[in-house]
Amino acid sequence: MLAYIVRRLLYALPILIGVNLITFALFFVVNTPDDMARMQLGVKRVTPEAIQKWKVERGYDKPLLWNAEVGGLAKATETIFFEKSARMFVGDFGRAEDGRDIAREIASRMGPSLAIALPTFLLGLFVTISFALTLAFFRATAFDFWGVVLCVAMMSISGLFYIIGGQYLISKVWRLVPISGFGAGLEAWRFLILPVLIGVVSGIGSSTRWYRTIFLEEVGKDYVRTARAKGLPETLVFFRHILRNALIPILTGVVVVIPLLFMGSLLTESFFGIPGLGSYTIDAINAQDFAVVRSMVFIGSVLYIVGLILTDISYTLVDPRIRFE
Amino acid sequence: MLRVELLRLAFQSGRQTLVAVDGVSFDIAAGETFALLGESGCGKSVTAQGIMRLLPAVGRILGGRVCFDGEDLLALSEAEMRTWRGGRIAMIFQEPATSLNPVLTVGQQIGEVLWRHLGLRGAEATGRMVDLLRQVGIADPERRLNEYPFQFSGGMKQRVMIAIALAGEPELLIADEPTTALDVTVQAQILDLLARLQAERGMSILLITHDLGVVARMAHRVGVMYAGELVEVAGREAFFGQPRHPYTQALFEALPDISRRGRGLATIPGQVPSLGRMPSGCRFSDRCRHVMARCREQSPDWRKLDGHAVRCHWQGEAAEAGEWRHPLTEMEGAAGRSFLEVDDLKVHFPIRKGFLQRTVGHVRAVDGVSLAIAPGRTLALVGESGCGKTTVGKALLQLIPPSGGAVRLGSNELVGLKGQRLRAVRRHMQMIFQDPFASLNPRLRVGDIIAEGMEALGVSGGGASRRAAIAALLAQVGLPDEAMERYPHEFSGGQRQRIAIARALAVQPELLICDEPTSALDVSVQAQILNLLKKLQAELGVAYLFITHNFAVVEYLAHDVAVMYLGRIVEQGRAEEVLRQPHHPYTKALLSAVPAPRLEALAGVIRLAGETPSPANPPAGCHFHPRCPRASDLCRSQYPATVALSATHRVTCYHPE
Amino acid sequence: MMGFEIVILWSDLLIWLLVAAGVALGVLIARNPPLLAAWRRVGANRIGMASATVLLAFVLVGLLDSLHYRVALEGKPGQKVQYAVEVLSVLDALATPLRTRNEKTYSEPFATRLYAKETIDVPGQGSVREYPRLKHGGQHLGEREGEVAADAGFTAFRAVALAFVVWMALAGLAARVAGDGNTDGWRRIWRGDTAFAWNAVLIACGLILLIAVPLFSLSGQYHVFGTDKVGQDVFYQVLKSVRTGLIIGLVTTLVMLPLAVLLGIVAGYFRGWADDVIQYVYTVLNSIPGVLLIAAAVLMMQVVIDTHPQWFSTAAERADLRLLALCFILGITSWTGLCRLLRGETLKLRELEYIQAAQAFGVSNGRIILRHILPNLMHIVIIALVMDFSGLVLAEAVLSYVGIGVDPSMTSFGTMINNARMELGREPVVWWSLAAAFSAMFILVLAANLFADAVRDAFDPRAA
Repeated sequence: MLAYIVRRLLYALPILIGVNLITFALFFVVNTPDDMARMQLGVKRVTPEAIQKWKVERGYDKPLLWNAEVGGLAKATETIFFEKSARMFVGDFGRAEDGRDIAREIASRMGPSLAIALPTFLLGLFVTISFALTLAFFRATAFDFWGVVLCVAMMSISGLFYIIGGQYLISKVWRLVPISGFGAGLEAWRFLILPVLIGVVSGIGSSTRWYRTIFLEEVGKDYVRTARAKGLPETLVFFRHILRNALIPILTGVVVVIPLLFMGSLLTESFFGIPGLGSYTIDAINAQDFAVVRSMVFIGSVLYIVGLILTDISYTLVDPRIRFE
Repeated sequence: MLRVELLRLAFQSGRQTLVAVDGVSFDIAAGETFALLGESGCGKSVTAQGIMRLLPAVGRILGGRVCFDGEDLLALSEAEMRTWRGGRIAMIFQEPATSLNPVLTVGQQIGEVLWRHLGLRGAEATGRMVDLLRQVGIADPERRLNEYPFQFSGGMKQRVMIAIALAGEPELLIADEPTTALDVTVQAQILDLLARLQAERGMSILLITHDLGVVARMAHRVGVMYAGELVEVAGREAFFGQPRHPYTQALFEALPDISRRGRGLATIPGQVPSLGRMPSGCRFSDRCRHVMARCREQSPDWRKLDGHAVRCHWQGEAAEAGEWRHPLTEMEGAAGRSFLEVDDLKVHFPIRKGFLQRTVGHVRAVDGVSLAIAPGRTLALVGESGCGKTTVGKALLQLIPPSGGAVRLGSNELVGLKGQRLRAVRRHMQMIFQDPFASLNPRLRVGDIIAEGMEALGVSGGGASRRAAIAALLAQVGLPDEAMERYPHEFSGGQRQRIAIARALAVQPELLICDEPTSALDVSVQAQILNLLKKLQAELGVAYLFITHNFAVVEYLAHDVAVMYLGRIVEQGRAEEVLRQPHHPYTKALLSAVPAPRLEALAGVIRLAGETPSPANPPAGCHFHPRCPRASDLCRSQYPATVALSATHRVTCYHPE
Repeated sequence: MMGFEIVILWSDLLIWLLVAAGVALGVLIARNPPLLAAWRRVGANRIGMASATVLLAFVLVGLLDSLHYRVALEGKPGQKVQYAVEVLSVLDALATPLRTRNEKTYSEPFATRLYAKETIDVPGQGSVREYPRLKHGGQHLGEREGEVAADAGFTAFRAVALAFVVWMALAGLAARVAGDGNTDGWRRIWRGDTAFAWNAVLIACGLILLIAVPLFSLSGQYHVFGTDKVGQDVFYQVLKSVRTGLIIGLVTTLVMLPLAVLLGIVAGYFRGWADDVIQYVYTVLNSIPGVLLIAAAVLMMQVVIDTHPQWFSTAAERADLRLLALCFILGITSWTGLCRLLRGETLKLRELEYIQAAQAFGVSNGRIILRHILPNLMHIVIIALVMDFSGLVLAEAVLSYVGIGVDPSMTSFGTMINNARMELGREPVVWWSLAAAFSAMFILVLAANLFADAVRDAFDPRAA
């Protein structure tokens, strides 16, 4: 088992290197630091001196890949690639435009992000799987038909509408919970309840439909016929036989996103003013803070790869065919 | 004990209701095996599902009664029915591989039944499960209870299925094609097991099968189904002694058999009518050779003659042989010089593992096969699934690159040949595949499919001459001209196989590699294809490498036979030699395991233990020794050398009989 | 007659290319019975055909908005003709009143007065703060401001009558097409006996006419969906957003399709090192969370656009190229899913016996791919195409909101929502912009989703 995990980790390394190279190319090769400086400073204030100063402040004045001016190992290390890209592997993300250390900022913002994303994820999973299981149980009835119609309608509604509509109705018209903001400790629940609710509702449509398809695929399999031929009641057929098998494809899509919960949700956090990583990213995009966006891309990929590894591990728990290999 | 009366079952398709089973009535006595026999699509499986009320979602029960011990099952509520299913009536299915739940242990799956129907739990249940597994012949049952289905081989899975079925102590077991997915040696084991369990428990069995051999081996009484109707019901002796319905008679005559060598097989023209378009009179009338005007107007009633019931207007007796058979002359005589020689052919697939995908071993799919094929002759390559026979065929054509050995066609060495030169050589050999539904591209017209090889290999010119050539080919395989413009989905399985044959013949090959070309077809269609192959061989002098697991076909068709086991040939020679005097224990066992569609049989049957091991890790010494009744210490340590018994007959065994 | 100059934007070119490709595909399908049979199944699906009709209406609006021109400025005769900087489309020309009749700021739907109080000098009373009268909305009523409901109702009634007449004409036409000589075509449609779901199409047409005709006839006199902050008609903005949504939904798939199909087939068919490389590339791309990759790419694109202003002669051209660049970025980040799907299917196909038969004839790999593999992957490609469309339309709104979507000067559902969301905080609330954008988007996406389901059901071999 341990050897298996180590092997998966080793597989992940080349992928991370690839991600790193792509971000490097995007941020430093497509546009030169000079271009970025011109953009950041605005057309009016562009002078060669100002550009140079901007670059020095951020460490963008070094050569991209190879520094011929210094000696020894520094030829490779005193470059933009090494300092800005390669150092991300050891958790050094540099500083944001406002001068704060990005790594510390990220660490402090993960908590609020998780406070929203984790309940949304768990509650959403429970609600959608239960709904999908109910639809599959009553398959080919009017209930199933209208349930699917409801799902298609719900997935045709923009995510923005759920947030805007929910905020307007619940916070503004009914005044049940504060419209936005975030509190510390136990007080936070008042702020969390609405974003979590909206997050769950907005995911119902597409997830339920997807899970229903998976359940229906399992329902048609031979072992279900065997289970029925044993005289088992339909509920037992569903919960003992079908659910267990359907979990395998469901896990593929679900476990992979668990680590990404740390990243929070861009929309929810910015609408509700939650100081998490999602709003951090949005602010960085609006302020064109390249260092932060770059760091988030890298962290996002790391978390995704962790998710892939977790998926593999979770398979071994659910699927005996993999466990015993 | 079970009495089915005028059962009518249907499928809902849009606004249409397609009747799949139309007024079927039969009964089964306690301790009796009733076999429901029929070709695919005749409604026999639907009947079984209807009795269990396990029809698929689109299935409908239109009418009739299913009485079990006087209780009408069709009148029960669904909840009441559940106490019958798995309890007094149990069922096993065709595909043991998919019929077991892959994520539950065998113990859990048997335990469910014990809990549901006998209320057993805990240690008592475990004890019962161990008993059950032992009864179905699974060794080390305590340990295996905690294993998952994927850890069992195909035959073992079917044993587990049987154990599940027995757990509820049923009085009736419905077995839906229980051995169709299994190899012959394993099939023999499972049939023996079922027969033994029936004798021990006095259980009734409703056996659903398409195989006359299985019927002869198992059944006390037989019912023949055709197009949703039961057409003949008889006791075993009467059925095999004197089948009365023209359909049954034709089925028997369509069977390939050694006694029919040199003659054409009887065929049933046309095909089973589709559910939506049943003839109004007798449903067999369009294909019947005794058809009368009355048959087309009026559906016949049952006629009974001392327990032998037939639904037919025709009153004649058993077939008058001769006039409707079209004899073929067989090209017997000595083999000419072989034009294809295979020497020590090897195909090894690497097994990769670990971080850098190192090769840690090889699956020795083909491990040193030597063959020779002479013009105009048929060499049958026989073996059970996984023995590597299909790989041999593909490696000959260089569809799979061989890992070693030589394939010589005339003076050309094929192994390692590439590009233009390989293409030139390929003209001499072509292949016909097993599955007629997967071997034709659904997006191309039949004409384009046949033309493909001609274009690629530059045979015959373009335009009109090519059209004429395609039309001639279609005529040769018995299809009309206008088939050219149609698409494969418009044809039945047998017709598709004809198209595939025409495609292969288009480049005028000297050798056709036929990979189980009839195993996906019904008996009557199989006969058509076998006749066609024989006729083509007589006309064109083409040689066949016939890859099959079906001994009846081998007996009927082959001049020479090679028997494969785990990647190697264990015995080869002329058909008469190998089939009449087999010397390798494996050949003997294989031959005796095939259930014969006759009353006599069963004498001196050799039963093989176990199943074919994995070619990734073959047993040391002779590969066959773990299953061989004659194995000695020598067999366990060293692979035997090949012994020549005659000029043509060779066997690879230390103890040839 | 004013002179004008035809302007062909890049996106116009692509969208008309798509239309041409669609027509070509139609011809190809008509010649290939198996494909035709699948499309016939789509045609028999009532929900699918009704939603296709709705989609077609949207596409029509989008196409009208994709024929661009510049008006010649009036100059002295003999001088070289100067053209206006503003690029207009045929839709703009048809909807000139909507485009030009701008108010000062917000006004409610069917309002005759502004939504904000202003200080007005009333002769005799000095300056008064009150809601000023709109310049255009309901102007024809003059002093009879209280009769808006009656007037609008009457106009709507006339329009409904007109819609009914048009619908009858359409129904008559359909009945002639559907008639088979024996039974009356109309009766066959009514009973649902026709192979093509004519009844669904006619019902959808009726609904569209019932909504569209009154809307258009009323929009000449009122701002039916109100006006926004700068006084622009919201109905006009909705119409303009349709094209943006369509381009995002269609051009993106056009970008990703060749990439996904080519790489997927190559990886699946040739395996070996090509497979390894392609798998590596899409695993890497896949492992970057989509929004972040798009954000990074769009940010960089903005830098390129901002630092090279000399590339664009008009603002419309710049916005257009930015839109296309967005499509490219979306395409490049979203091909991986389809590619993986096609690779897997190719792996399965290449083991099929008809491919081996072709190999046994020595048919070249290129020909095998073209004749045997590609046609048998078409159903997956078509399903993916229609399934992606709705997701992309929704994604545009989110991206524009985040600030990495289309150019802020370009009208789209996303920019409409983005501009309007601050207004929810006002008291009393300004709701019509959001409501209009969300409703239009909902109808478009719902129709696309339902149509996609119909296509999937018809093409998925497992469903058949």
